[in-house]
Amino acid sequence: MASLPSLSARRLPSTAFQRLGARTLAPRQSVPTTRPYVDGYRGCNLQQRLYSMRSATLTRPALTTNGTGMVVVKRTYVKETKSVSAVEAVVRLEEPRGSVPTIGKPPINLSVDPAAMISPEAGILKQATIMDTGSRPIYLDMQATTPTDPRVLDAMLPYMTGQYGNPHSRTHAYGWETDKAVEIAREHIASLIGADPKEIIFTSGATESNNMSVKGVARFYGAKKKHIITTQTEHKCVLDSCRHLQDEGFEITYLPVQGNGLINLKDLESAFRPDTALVSIMTVNNEIGVIQPMEDIGQMCRSRKVFFHTDAAQAVGKIPVDVNKWNIDLMSISGHKIYGPKGIGACYVRRKPRVRIDPLITGGGQERGLRSGTLPAPLVIGLGEACKIAKDELQYDHEHVSRLSKKLKDGLLAMEHTTLNGDPDRHYPGCVNVSFAYVEGESLLMALKDIALSSGSACTSASLEPSYVLRALGNSDDSAHSSIRFGIGRFTTEREIDYVLDAVKDRVGFLRELSPLWELVQEGIDLNTIEWSQH
Amino acid sequence: MNKADMDVGTGLVGAPACGDVMKLQIRVDEATGKISDVKFKTFGCGSAIASSSYLTELVRGMSLDDAGKIKNTEIAKELCLPPVKLHCSMLAEDAIKSAIKDYKSKRPGAPTLGVTA
Repeated sequence: MASLPSLSARRLPSTAFQRLGARTLAPRQSVPTTRPYVDGYRGCNLQQRLYSMRSATLTRPALTTNGTGMVVVKRTYVKETKSVSAVEAVVRLEEPRGSVPTIGKPPINLSVDPAAMISPEAGILKQATIMDTGSRPIYLDMQATTPTDPRVLDAMLPYMTGQYGNPHSRTHAYGWETDKAVEIAREHIASLIGADPKEIIFTSGATESNNMSVKGVARFYGAKKKHIITTQTEHKCVLDSCRHLQDEGFEITYLPVQGNGLINLKDLESAFRPDTALVSIMTVNNEIGVIQPMEDIGQMCRSRKVFFHTDAAQAVGKIPVDVNKWNIDLMSISGHKIYGPKGIGACYVRRKPRVRIDPLITGGGQERGLRSGTLPAPLVIGLGEACKIAKDELQYDHEHVSRLSKKLKDGLLAMEHTTLNGDPDRHYPGCVNVSFAYVEGESLLMALKDIALSSGSACTSASLEPSYVLRALGNSDDSAHSSIRFGIGRFTTEREIDYVLDAVKDRVGFLRELSPLWELVQEGIDLNTIEWSQH
Repeated sequence: MNKADMDVGTGLVGAPACGDVMKLQIRVDEATGKISDVKFKTFGCGSAIASSSYLTELVRGMSLDDAGKIKNTEIAKELCLPPVKLHCSMLAEDAIKSAIKDYKSKRPGAPTLGVTA
């Protein structure tokens, strides 16, 4: 192989290009790079850098002087033997992939910045927002989104660069290789929830899956069946889909929940009608983390031949999910809640007995005609990898999260005038929603700016209204105003929980000192006896 | 501050259900009729706390009449409050008015020195 000599041989290509170049053996000097090498996501750059330097110096031009003392560059061709060593260097480039310690289990070396343990990339981001403490805030909002697992990114990267084929292309190898990877990803997702790969439909996320399921079933069977049952604590995208269907002439029953956040099965039983088409109840609530009795609901639906949809965005990969055991007909899955990439989700659509839906998006007929459009192959593969990891590590993660959650919960509830929202037993431990009486939630969030938290779902965090989920539990407005959600995940460390506990105790104490309500309570005045002016 | 003191006016406005409660206390100098000291306690969002804090800075040293003329727009402008948070500054305005009213109701007529109830 012949290659032109390079004057910029010492310039280092960036990671992505390096890999692309490595694979196709493209001439290195054509890589336009002026940026100094930034620390990549894998933390093995020194090694890689050395390797790439070694391969780059292969084409170093021979420098000779002519009679006048001027340095001239003599053009040479790389010898055959040397190009072999170039391949060697390429192979070595690939080597560190396997040898890097998995980042999922952070080392115990606590002197490392917690953010940097999740990903060395965080070291770069650190410069973007330097907080008072000099480090990035502790992330405890895992219900809003989760960091992408570096192993997921590893699986995705080749499909963003070299293997860019359209998975639907049947006429060439680019299409075939991507299609194969997509189908493997589909299998990973199916096996996580106990389904058949053919029953997985890729979507843009759980919101689309929910829309597709609720509207799709309602519209397909709408001629005969005009009734849908859901709960008051569903995610907004289910509730809003139902509102739209109401405008189309459907009737919706919004089941109330009990004080612990669970539905009463008797309520559900009496809500069934002969023309009920669909029941949509979420598995794990996104704000309070309660787990609904899925198996019982599934049985009731199946015996009445009513389709059962569940929004399992917060459940898949975190608690064991089995669509056959629970008799689920449709299920929504989100990528970025399970350490996968954002912008991808999946919808489980049962084949036996067959669930038919009216597609929201029509076109080329991809995904069994239920969701047309070219699959975003890298994202799909990322979701598949995330599901595979989630399945392998489900038990480990659950134990880790439970242990931290117990510590956090015990610490927070040991403070006076704090209550846990939602049922303490039927509860996903990664979501701890606590009310701090006499402290306003938003001011506490501001006081805790070194911890990334939320007072409810991310979708509604911009509005001033107290959480509709907490109000559905029967909480008073003022307690709904004082609630904070703590989300614990795979990458949360014990040290972070210790810090959070100290910080929360400190700041809640400070804000209570500032609170007129706290003062009144300390004076022994019952707040309900005061006539408040309305605003 | 002791709210039973004759030279102290206390205003408590808002409601916990709305998410904001503000308590403002003013101490009025007998001789000059000016506000010599202000204290606040606020249950509410960051904007509400900031509004009440700024209000205390604003009214310190003001006469009662001037303090009563403070408009919520002044507070909102100083703090650059977004439209959804304007009610916080309105609450602050109400708080100072309520405190002045409370002070005046304690001593009808001209202020006299050292009268006990």
